[in-house]
Amino acid sequence: MRTVIFRTIAPYLSALMVLYSIFVLLRGHNEPGGGFIGGLIAASALAIFGIACGVAAVRRAIKVHPMSIAGFGLFMGAAAGVISLFTNQPFMTSQWWPIDLFNVQIKLSTPLIFDIGVYLVVVGAISSIALALEERESD
Amino acid sequence: MASTYSSEKVDYSAAMNLEPVAAADWLIVAPVLVSLIGGAVCLMMRKNTDAQPKLAILFLALLVLVNFGLLIRVLDQGVITMVMGGWLPPFGIAFTVDALGATLSLIASIVAFCAGLYGIVTVGTTGRRYGFYPFLVLLMAGVCGAFLTGDIFNLYVWFEVLLISSYGMLVLGNEKPQLDGAVKYGVLNLIGTNFFLIGTGMIYGVFGTLNMADIAIKMSELDSPASGTLLTIAVLYFLAFAMKAAAFPVNFWLPASYHTPNIVVSAVFAGLLTKVGVYALLRIFVLIMPGSREALADLFALVAILTLMTGAFGALAQSELRRLLGYLVIAGIGSMLAGIAVGTTLALSGAIFYAVHSIIVMTALYMASGIVNMMSGTYDLRQLGGLYQRNVAFAAVFLVLAFAVSGLPPFSGFWPKVLLVDAAFADGRALLGAAILLSGFLTTIAMGRVWIYAFWRGGPEGTPDGESVGPGAATAVAGGRAAGLAGPAVWLPLGILTAMIVYFGLQPEWMLELSTRGAVGLVEPRGYLRSVFGGL
Amino acid sequence: METGLSILVGLFFAVSVYLMLSKQLVRMLLGIAILGNAVNMSIFVNGRLTREVPPVIPEGLMVPTEVIANPLPQALVLTAIVISFSFFAFLLVLAFRAYQEVGTDDVNEMRVAEPENDPLPPQGY
Repeated sequence: MRTVIFRTIAPYLSALMVLYSIFVLLRGHNEPGGGFIGGLIAASALAIFGIACGVAAVRRAIKVHPMSIAGFGLFMGAAAGVISLFTNQPFMTSQWWPIDLFNVQIKLSTPLIFDIGVYLVVVGAISSIALALEERESD
Repeated sequence: MASTYSSEKVDYSAAMNLEPVAAADWLIVAPVLVSLIGGAVCLMMRKNTDAQPKLAILFLALLVLVNFGLLIRVLDQGVITMVMGGWLPPFGIAFTVDALGATLSLIASIVAFCAGLYGIVTVGTTGRRYGFYPFLVLLMAGVCGAFLTGDIFNLYVWFEVLLISSYGMLVLGNEKPQLDGAVKYGVLNLIGTNFFLIGTGMIYGVFGTLNMADIAIKMSELDSPASGTLLTIAVLYFLAFAMKAAAFPVNFWLPASYHTPNIVVSAVFAGLLTKVGVYALLRIFVLIMPGSREALADLFALVAILTLMTGAFGALAQSELRRLLGYLVIAGIGSMLAGIAVGTTLALSGAIFYAVHSIIVMTALYMASGIVNMMSGTYDLRQLGGLYQRNVAFAAVFLVLAFAVSGLPPFSGFWPKVLLVDAAFADGRALLGAAILLSGFLTTIAMGRVWIYAFWRGGPEGTPDGESVGPGAATAVAGGRAAGLAGPAVWLPLGILTAMIVYFGLQPEWMLELSTRGAVGLVEPRGYLRSVFGGL
Repeated sequence: METGLSILVGLFFAVSVYLMLSKQLVRMLLGIAILGNAVNMSIFVNGRLTREVPPVIPEGLMVPTEVIANPLPQALVLTAIVISFSFFAFLLVLAFRAYQEVGTDDVNEMRVAEPENDPLPPQGY
């Protein structure tokens, strides 16, 4: 697997995939896409990077442990539901804060926060499983 | 066709709850929220193994508090409902809390809090880094969510949440027997949840809804409440939840796995996981499908009798303390199934009371057996002995627990058994009543033998009986493990649980009233349905 | 349409049960993966089928312009897929670890937690 071509191309490929995963995540509100599928793409980017350059390199590159990423995502998801407590609405009621930026309306909202949370949970959980499997292969 | 629609804004108000929600109503989702956020925070703190237990115990204490508040609110206002995102049922997911759900949720959170304390000693740095505390708190999210939700598919999701956390806890140490046990546990439980999912898909195919109250209403409007399709669904659900609850023909995963993990994990599992299955049986068969329960009552009774006997005889044949206790969990499940088989208010309140009792007593027994292991370094009955001489108070506590699990007065196991036996004979199911009594008798023998061998006799097999082992020899056997016995961390949770057992035994009125309210709410679900759909 | 898919679901169930009856752990896991897919498909069929009209509301509209496929089973199946996928991944790691530790993937020989000749408890006092 570790050919020169693959090792050279893998970092660029991974970076591109992570970028694309964020695109899929953000487009998910009104069109096909979203946090889960985006997270899967990002996790497979990390897996490819791991196959090419070794698990240790991946762990160095993402700085924090994947399970901590998943924990932060879970926290974001739960917190997104709590915001409606302050507007006297039931749990998980969506809140919208549209802002105008260069004549383009950007709709910030709690579903977006929730979706980013899902993205992080999926990235963390799946990549920690993938990294665990790759680690076993090498030893 | 397209012309009938316009791009104008649609009025969704008929499908939404637009009234302001008081902050107090957030108590309905608070248990799930507290444990989800707590689990997330603990997960982020995974490196900091010193702060993690403190944080987790703080969140578990908060969980006990909000569950207590929720129970008081339910007792005060009757069944309460909150819909996610304001979408009214059957469109939105509803959390509907009645006395049954709130009671079990409170007891479960107390047990989890005790386990958090106990884990300070038994779960070392490696176990903490592998995530014991985050998994414990997330497990509680699954358990509380299952008890509080009012939507069948949501129930499935909470089942999976607690299952994935339990997988994580089961393989905490990565030892050989743990992996072996976890494979059996994992595969069997995954198959069980798949059966649950098939049943849920068929329910949706028949009724077009997944809200429990909505299904209950549509079910009551049917002419034949036990037609072929419905019976198929009922049997699928029964198989799925019997697997979860470890009832007789599908019980073998429990004795294969419950003795392998860290003792505090066994304690939590024995207390909580099987009871969630029993809760689901109560909810589905008594509230939603009463017609199918009547049609299957004989099957329930047969399974209950066989489960009671399997548990009791299995316990008699074990020499490993934890495996013996695993069989006692199964025997307890048999008693609760007996209550569901009879199905009268009396029997159901007996089953609910027994569930509460079983959650507390099984956790306490596993915790006590952990202390036995710390004192003598083994779980094997043949190598135990002389513990009475070393700690009289602990011997007394163990005897209390042994009495309670056998259903002897004056402890908490006695009252639900009285209710269950009474209801079984009143319903003409003499065999079922006799099975409960026989199982209690055999449990007494098994637990009495444990007490005599581990505590009463002078020393392990091979040593002269009646001679004091002496403090010097004791430390030699226990090695370094006895260090954990010095602090209050293992004694406090055991003390709390034993105090509850004694209290429920001497003062059963409060719990009897709670379980009767829970049973009445299941048998006559008008309050439940009204809470979801408004004036009916 | 429903009939055809129902037969397919039945086939999936048959294959998964056959695989799960095997004593090799890997085959059992494959059986479980197929079982999950069979269940998902049966939920999908239970929600009734509509052809070629995805439940997506066109831009600028608030309601769909024609009869669309039922979105709820799709949501349920998506949830179930996510769950069964993550469980399968976990079980795969677990089975691999168990194989490394126990040294066999034959479930009949996995007797570490329950030793074969477990002695009886002491009979007398």
